[in-house]
Amino acid sequence: MTGSARPAGGAPVPSDERRHGFLELRDLRIHFPTDDGLVRSVDGLSFTLERGRTLGIVGESGSGKSVTSLGILGLHKDGRARISGEIWLDGEELVSASAEHVRTLRGKKMAMIFQDPLSAMHPYYTVGAQIIEAYRIHHQVSKAVARKHAVDLLGRVGIPQPDRRVDSYPHEFSGGMRQRAMIAMALSCDPELLIADEPTTALDVTVQAQILDLMRDLQQEFDSALIVITHDLGVVAELSDDILVMYGGKCVEYGTAEDIFDRPEHPYTWGLLGSMPRLDRERTERLLPIKGSPPSLINVPSGCAFHPRCGYEPRTGGLGSTEVPELAAADGGHDGGHLVRCHLPREERRAIWENEIKPTLESA
Amino acid sequence: MVTYIIRRLIWGVVMLAIVSMITFAIFFLVPRLAGATSESLASRYVGRTATAEQVTLAAEKLGFNDPLIVQYGRFAKGIVAGADYDYGPGVERCPAPCLGYSFLTRLPVWPDLLNRIPVTMSLAAGAAIIWLLSGVGTGVISALRRGSFFDRAAMSVALAGVSLPIFFTGIVSLVLFSYGRPLAITAPGGSYTPINENPAMWAYSLILPWITLAFLYAAGYARLTRSGMLETMNEDYIRTARAKGLPERVVVVKHGLRGALTPIVTIFGLDVGLLMGGAVLTESTFSLPGLGKYSIDAIVNQDLPKVMGVVLVTAFFVVLANLLVDLLYAVVDPRVRLS
Amino acid sequence: MSESPEPLLSLTDVRKHFPITKGLIKRQVGAVKAVDGISFDVRRGETLGLVGESGCGKTTTGRLITRLIEPTDGRIMFEGRDITHMSQGDLRPLRRDMQMIFQDPYSSLNPRHTVGAIVGAPFRIQGVRTEHGTKKAVQEILELVGLNPEHYNRYPHEFSGGQRQRIGIARTLALKPKLIIADEPVSALDVSIQAQVVNLLEDLQNELDLTYVVIAHDLSVVRHISDRVAVMYLGKIVEIADRKDLYESPMHPYTTALLSAVPIPDVRRRAGRERIRLLGDVPSPINPPPACRFHTRCWKAQEVCRTVEPPLAELATGHRVACHFPENAPAGAVQDTSGTEVPA
Repeated sequence: MTGSARPAGGAPVPSDERRHGFLELRDLRIHFPTDDGLVRSVDGLSFTLERGRTLGIVGESGSGKSVTSLGILGLHKDGRARISGEIWLDGEELVSASAEHVRTLRGKKMAMIFQDPLSAMHPYYTVGAQIIEAYRIHHQVSKAVARKHAVDLLGRVGIPQPDRRVDSYPHEFSGGMRQRAMIAMALSCDPELLIADEPTTALDVTVQAQILDLMRDLQQEFDSALIVITHDLGVVAELSDDILVMYGGKCVEYGTAEDIFDRPEHPYTWGLLGSMPRLDRERTERLLPIKGSPPSLINVPSGCAFHPRCGYEPRTGGLGSTEVPELAAADGGHDGGHLVRCHLPREERRAIWENEIKPTLESA
Repeated sequence: MVTYIIRRLIWGVVMLAIVSMITFAIFFLVPRLAGATSESLASRYVGRTATAEQVTLAAEKLGFNDPLIVQYGRFAKGIVAGADYDYGPGVERCPAPCLGYSFLTRLPVWPDLLNRIPVTMSLAAGAAIIWLLSGVGTGVISALRRGSFFDRAAMSVALAGVSLPIFFTGIVSLVLFSYGRPLAITAPGGSYTPINENPAMWAYSLILPWITLAFLYAAGYARLTRSGMLETMNEDYIRTARAKGLPERVVVVKHGLRGALTPIVTIFGLDVGLLMGGAVLTESTFSLPGLGKYSIDAIVNQDLPKVMGVVLVTAFFVVLANLLVDLLYAVVDPRVRLS
Repeated sequence: MSESPEPLLSLTDVRKHFPITKGLIKRQVGAVKAVDGISFDVRRGETLGLVGESGCGKTTTGRLITRLIEPTDGRIMFEGRDITHMSQGDLRPLRRDMQMIFQDPYSSLNPRHTVGAIVGAPFRIQGVRTEHGTKKAVQEILELVGLNPEHYNRYPHEFSGGQRQRIGIARTLALKPKLIIADEPVSALDVSIQAQVVNLLEDLQNELDLTYVVIAHDLSVVRHISDRVAVMYLGKIVEIADRKDLYESPMHPYTTALLSAVPIPDVRRRAGRERIRLLGDVPSPINPPPACRFHTRCWKAQEVCRTVEPPLAELATGHRVACHFPENAPAGAVQDTSGTEVPA
């Protein structure tokens, strides 16, 4: 279905000979059979991410963004999920690799920062013990060496008095400090791929700003590939080089941050931009919400998953509800990297954005 | 933390005092309500051959005419400091802790209890170790392989364990493993050997009661562990542990089981505390001379001082077990240490 | 305030301290000063936004206004009546006029009750009889909040998050309240749904002449929905002003920092944007810093900030701020407040 489209890739080359990106997903599908039916959490996702770059994945609840990240880490390899497609990490394919092999990569080559550090850290172990544990699975070192490493890491992520705080329990930390500790844990083995799932959603706004700064600095220092998963377009704009918008388990728009914010072409992206009140613009009288609710992944609407909520669906001449649109190059994409999954003709999309959407977002 | 322990200790003493008051009230009021007089009560102490005057005198000297609160005070003092029983013909010294004299044997209750406690303790400790290991182990495996054959088989057996009474499983196992010739692996019931005499014989004589009693409890623990593990394994911190690259075994035991331990510790403390008061059915079935058998005999003979003694000892162990559980909480869950 | 008509709601120096006990006899060793002396009015028909970070006391304030908890000190007037220490029995008729919308649409609806029962409950509790029966009244309200009236007999789990929040709103509207306290009404919802609910709240305000107090941590949402905004920090109001004044020329450094911390969905501006970064976290409300509570994180703090508590002074029309060194203040205004109070 999405076979020919390769976000940010070069010309299509036969897959065996082709050089893979540092992280490359090809037509990844993660389906969960349940009593109510098949949940298609991720349904044909492809993208490439190089070291030193940050990809923002944006979507609402049930868009499949978190399932994707857990899938990359191999955390769905317990037999309950049906996974197909390919995940290439630094020249290795992970979907077909053994669960044990992926485990040895997990935490070392690829690590994850979770949303709520209070529930994501074990309440019964000290922060230090949890970092030491993460380090010692992948490194044969003494406890004393690992402890020193943990103290260094805590200091590096900005925790004051790290040699004392290393023996604190998570509940003795404030929310911001916990998230710093979580980041320290993820960084303990110098991962080359770091996935942050809603890293600041549980935090206060001034602390969120600190954590975003920290992540930006650390990424430059470590030169890792970073995936930021969030529903907050503000957070994505702060961190991302590239942005992938997910809806109903599929990528609906992909491009550089400039593409997505300055010349978005998918009606869902427009909807997201119109839904959020913005501090950097004049206050609009009314927000422009997307009608309806995000779809259930068991009953994804036929055709374009977004069509029941799309105001432009009538202009597709019935295609919207019958045929899944291809992820194809957008009009404005200068290097062909801007991709959109929409039935509307390019010119029409461009015109709608320029004439109908953009003015309403900026009106006084 | 120290104030916490002190507060718990004080509470424990208060609880024991309340329990002793209630039992005292019940055991001394109930006969009265049933029509007993001071004299009829005293006659149990002085014997049936005593004259009416002797009985009246004994009733007066034993204090049966005093207000209830005075009688309780004397009873409580006896436990703490010992008491002198002056029942007319002579004075008898009952050293602390004095729980009174058996109506039947005329012997002080406490030394009797002291003889029985090791038996019950042996039974409870051995069974507790077996049910803890087998119950928790089964629960963990069942949770990890939810819906598998093992899970369904284990949970069916567990259901049987919870529902089958001990006098059934006990007798069946006695028939099979003690009297039934081909499978006889253990001594016939009723042959208890103290551990300090012969440890091998001690274990040999208790193995069947242990397993039978453990079967009853293990079932509950398996179910409790299973549901606790199913809940814990869905916690965010388990996902984090996996994301670190920990082997599944470490994730399950170090992160999962540790998180599911709190309710198990609670129930375990209560169960062992209660069992220390005597596993009535098990001890009766296997004719073990423990507290349970003792209390049954006492009840059958309406030997009130004995019954009260067992009740107080049981209450003591339950309070003690609760105290230990609370302290154990602080070890298991560092968040408790704060408050 | 100087407004001539009587305010709908008026708080004067309201405090709520939660005691902390310790030791064998549980003697009080301190207090969480969740709300520590706040005063403000809410005018009829307006929306007052209450913003601040966790622990600032905004949720406690909401619960004080609705008298779910009783203030330690101060006075709360609703429609000219002193409700500060009113008993729950006396409050009951007032509950018709004062309703609350909660953050979590999942946990605030009883899963065993139908939508009809949930929305109709206020009628039963208050013993109100309606002209065409409760069912009709409930269906009208469901329609008003954009739900299908035929879903009267459905259960909460059959609805999506946004629809559940609509049910919650419908419940508060049943008895035609005058004041609605909305505590984080949209923060649990998806972005696209947030906008629906924000618009709904605005429509209902116009239609039913409602007064809102909206408690939220999201400064963008608060700006969109509020006429006036109060910024709270550690149990105190540090700044309160009309929306436009507060967002365009904030005077308190904390407000400035909050606004600066909000991530902006605009990639062109991310490089050039001037940022103010506060260090550390919000201090504990058990032992708040003395004098100006913000001085530990404030880049403008001087000795006076550590010793003298700045009063909440009106530096411009309708714009009150508690700071010794306010920004964007009209010339002359600053001297009036802090100049005279600087100790030797």
